[in-house]
Amino acid sequence: METHAVRAEGLQKRYGEKRALDGFDLTVRRGTVHGLLGPNGAGKTTAVRALATLLGLDGGRAEVAGVDVRKDPRGVRARIGLAGQYAAVDEMLSGRQNLEMFGRLFHLGGRRAKLRAAELLERFDLVDAAAKSVGDYSGGMRRRLDLAASMILAPEVLFLDEPTTGLDPRGRGEVWAAVRALVEGGTTVLLTTQYLEEADRLASRITVIDQGRAIADDTPAALKSAVGGDRIEVVVAEESELVSALAVVARVCEGEPSVDRAERRVHAAVSDRVAALTDVARTLQDQGVQVEDIGLRRPSLDDVFLRLTGHRTDSAEPAEAEAVAA
Amino acid sequence: MSAELTAAGPVDLSVESGGQRRLYWAVSDSWNVVRRTLTHYRRQPVLIVWQLGFPIVSVLLYAYVFGGAMEVPGSEPGATYRDFLMPGMFVMTMAFGLMNTATSVVHDATKGVIDRFRSMPMAPSAVVGGRAVTDLLVACAELTILALTALAMGWRPDGEPLAMVGAFGLILLLRFCLIWAGVWLGLLVPSPEAAGGLYALIFPVTMISSIFVAPSTMPGWLGTVAAWNPISSTGAAARELFGYPVASDGSWIQEHAVLMAALWPLVLTAVFLPLAVRRFQRLSR
Repeated sequence: METHAVRAEGLQKRYGEKRALDGFDLTVRRGTVHGLLGPNGAGKTTAVRALATLLGLDGGRAEVAGVDVRKDPRGVRARIGLAGQYAAVDEMLSGRQNLEMFGRLFHLGGRRAKLRAAELLERFDLVDAAAKSVGDYSGGMRRRLDLAASMILAPEVLFLDEPTTGLDPRGRGEVWAAVRALVEGGTTVLLTTQYLEEADRLASRITVIDQGRAIADDTPAALKSAVGGDRIEVVVAEESELVSALAVVARVCEGEPSVDRAERRVHAAVSDRVAALTDVARTLQDQGVQVEDIGLRRPSLDDVFLRLTGHRTDSAEPAEAEAVAA
Repeated sequence: MSAELTAAGPVDLSVESGGQRRLYWAVSDSWNVVRRTLTHYRRQPVLIVWQLGFPIVSVLLYAYVFGGAMEVPGSEPGATYRDFLMPGMFVMTMAFGLMNTATSVVHDATKGVIDRFRSMPMAPSAVVGGRAVTDLLVACAELTILALTALAMGWRPDGEPLAMVGAFGLILLLRFCLIWAGVWLGLLVPSPEAAGGLYALIFPVTMISSIFVAPSTMPGWLGTVAAWNPISSTGAAARELFGYPVASDGSWIQEHAVLMAALWPLVLTAVFLPLAVRRFQRLSR
């Protein structure tokens, strides 16, 4: 059996002058969750739509589940599931009616479509809501139903295009649990997301896309360690105390510490995490420096992103704001 | 959750698509798309009431509020404004049906439903074909209810039975060509809100026609535009076939109402069907 669920080489997609995909490469190992990360407009959605046969390509080759996307789009369609940025389910139908309708459109026939719908409702924990109109579902329930609809033929490859955008933390957790269960069942998932945390939690490998090209491809841990080790952070109460804090941190850190004057923050890379933290905390206390916050921070994928692309993900701030609000 | 259990699955998930039976699947898939909308009406019958509310209320308003004051030049002795109005009402309902088509299409397009259909191994033609069949079925229901309302109000068409069937045929033909205009517009506009704006387009088109008044009562140039409005031809042909023709003012377009009622929709279909199909295919660009 083919070891790669997705293999794309040099994908090209142009819209007039703009190159949405500009030599994009991607390989996704069978049975894994692969994250596709990038800012808005980087080409994530274009790449997924092209691989799911919704968009024609201007160049390059792509195979999904071993089938050539350009030569046999119907063959690809019989082997994939797609859950897009919107929960593409019929709001006026019940959950069960939705799954039965899609089942019939997947050519299961009436009887098998009914059986499969019942099975998926149970699997995605929607049995109690099966008869309710989808219009009355919560955001998380709707996405779960959408996932169920994309799973009707138990596809080899599932494309999830920003599956949790617009969901509250609880809904996001529900979708994550459903995705994990799918992967245990052997499905390969290609996941695009703006939430770095989501890629970090679900994906075993991540491709970073910017301006239509893959600019990095590695495990989340390797991407993070490429940014550098852990960092120590000290926030002081008064701006006047920044100088003393800087001197203390400089004694234990590697390289130059950075100062963020507006946030009264000093931060720097450290190798021996715990020793550095203890040392800095004790020294600051001895010197009577008023410390508002002190801690160690592992680099996040956000840092990876900043380092690779020179800009943060567009959604980094709203995502954080949401997390705080929650 | 028993992921492994269901992934292997007690349900046999092997399916056939395309292959030798393409036509069978195109029909079967279209029917399943039709069933979807019919289920909407079954789940929320109030929908069809809303959809029909406007024409029924219009019939009542025009017939009773304006009816007494309206005199249609050249109408048969004994014919009332109601006899003039009803065929127009049928036609107007078909014209506004364009909105239903466009609204449904834009809704499915923006909610990702069309994308999901396109990512499935179903027949691509069923996405649009199912819509067309659904809209024709709904149009039949609308015409039935309108006709029953009119009969209850005392409307008594006086044409040959076959001619009257022909009248309904021409009215449905108009609806048929407007389906393609609706699909095209639905795929063209960016949002359901924008589709709502199409009323501003449809409303004048229905008014500047022979639906409510004879074009000969309008200022000369406007009357000409109204007479050449495709829906006027369908209205005039239906009046003729229902047995209450309005005397022609001698213009060519009015002399050939039945011919034009058949020709106009074919011309419009020839324009909008390819536009709609092309627009649908361009979704993959």
